[in-house]
Amino acid sequence: MSIWEFLQTYWPLLLKGTLITCAQFLLAAAIAIACALVAGLGKLSGNWLIRGIAIIYIEIFRGTSLLVQLYWIFFVLPLFGLTLPSFIAGFLSVGLNVGSYGAEIVRGAIQSVPRGQWEAAYAISMSPARRMRRIILPQALALMLPPWGNLLIELLKGTALVSLISVADLMFQAKQINASTFLSAQAFGTALVIYYILARFLITPFMRWLERSMARRLGRA
Amino acid sequence: MSFDWKWDFTWEILPRLLAATVNTLIAAGAGYAIAVILGLVLALAQRTPRKALTLIVREFVEFIRSTPLVLQIFFVFYVGPQFGIRLSPWTSGMIAIGLHYSAYLSEVYRAGIDAVPRGQWEACRAINLSIRDTYFRIIIPQALPPSIAGMGNYLVGIFKDTPMLSVIGVAELMHAANAIGAENYRFLEPYTLVGLIFLAISLPTAGLVRLFEGWVRRKLGL
Repeated sequence: MSIWEFLQTYWPLLLKGTLITCAQFLLAAAIAIACALVAGLGKLSGNWLIRGIAIIYIEIFRGTSLLVQLYWIFFVLPLFGLTLPSFIAGFLSVGLNVGSYGAEIVRGAIQSVPRGQWEAAYAISMSPARRMRRIILPQALALMLPPWGNLLIELLKGTALVSLISVADLMFQAKQINASTFLSAQAFGTALVIYYILARFLITPFMRWLERSMARRLGRA
Repeated sequence: MSFDWKWDFTWEILPRLLAATVNTLIAAGAGYAIAVILGLVLALAQRTPRKALTLIVREFVEFIRSTPLVLQIFFVFYVGPQFGIRLSPWTSGMIAIGLHYSAYLSEVYRAGIDAVPRGQWEACRAINLSIRDTYFRIIIPQALPPSIAGMGNYLVGIFKDTPMLSVIGVAELMHAANAIGAENYRFLEPYTLVGLIFLAISLPTAGLVRLFEGWVRRKLGL
């Protein structure tokens, strides 16, 4: 079967899988960004309890595998009375995992905002919350965008694992097609190319655009 | 299934999980060895005067880096037989994970090589060193120390990605935990233990990498 015939026969399944992958990506990214901001700020907090919780979260999720976390959330959490549908368990674990890496990016970016900016905000007697929101975070955001671009590609790759708990994403559909037709090269090859297109021609240009518009807003373009 | 941690069950399965941990470490080590060498090849291939080769290798590295490892593992494992090449789960797993991380390591090396000051290249030129001597005696030794942090991160990374090998039946830690869970209908202990074993190995390794990096820097007087 040529690749064109293959695509003509199976494009609806592949499209369905791609849409699920995109949904997983967007939801996981939202969770990752939220977790990263909270944990990154938490790690810089003066309160030892908040700092401790942030550090434990970061170390646990960075120290173990995404696959272990996914299985744990899907198979073990029900024993604690929290049963999640596979779709939610999927993006939740990917988001929590990537969020722990993002937290370190957020912390690093906040710490590399020049000292003078902190002091100036202090000198005009801004409250700490206002200083963070109006002075530090906007500048830190510009610093952290390039590493976030890489991290979001890692996140997209991470979503492929949700197929292992039977979320019908792109990877899952490729596996199904492979199992019923044995056209492995076509099925997995097409899926690889689709992931590549998503990463290289959607996520990367979007992040570049975001970096440029951010630089413009800070008057650095 | 219910939520009650059973200690006798824990002690019963721990030896089996630890035995599988050895396999995980072997898989990570073998995959990393492939990645370290292949990564250097990929990095150097991007520095030849042939523009076409540079472009192809560059695109290849980008492709590997932006597609999921688990999909690559499936690809290597299933596509071989379609063309009459049969690879064992271990072989295809090592190829896939080694290739995946070689793309990452090539980027680490590339950054390290780019960080070597221009004067070093010019000095090599001036004393008429061959290209081989320039790379192996002057450039690479200086490119390595700044690369160590990145290389260490990916060593921990490859270790954490080995559970994906379980999908094609490599008998590592995750595979053992799945088997134990399916045999006993108990997932709490095996999966929790796997998580703890991963923490117990990856946290100290990350610390050791940081110490090693400092030691190399001091040794080289940086």
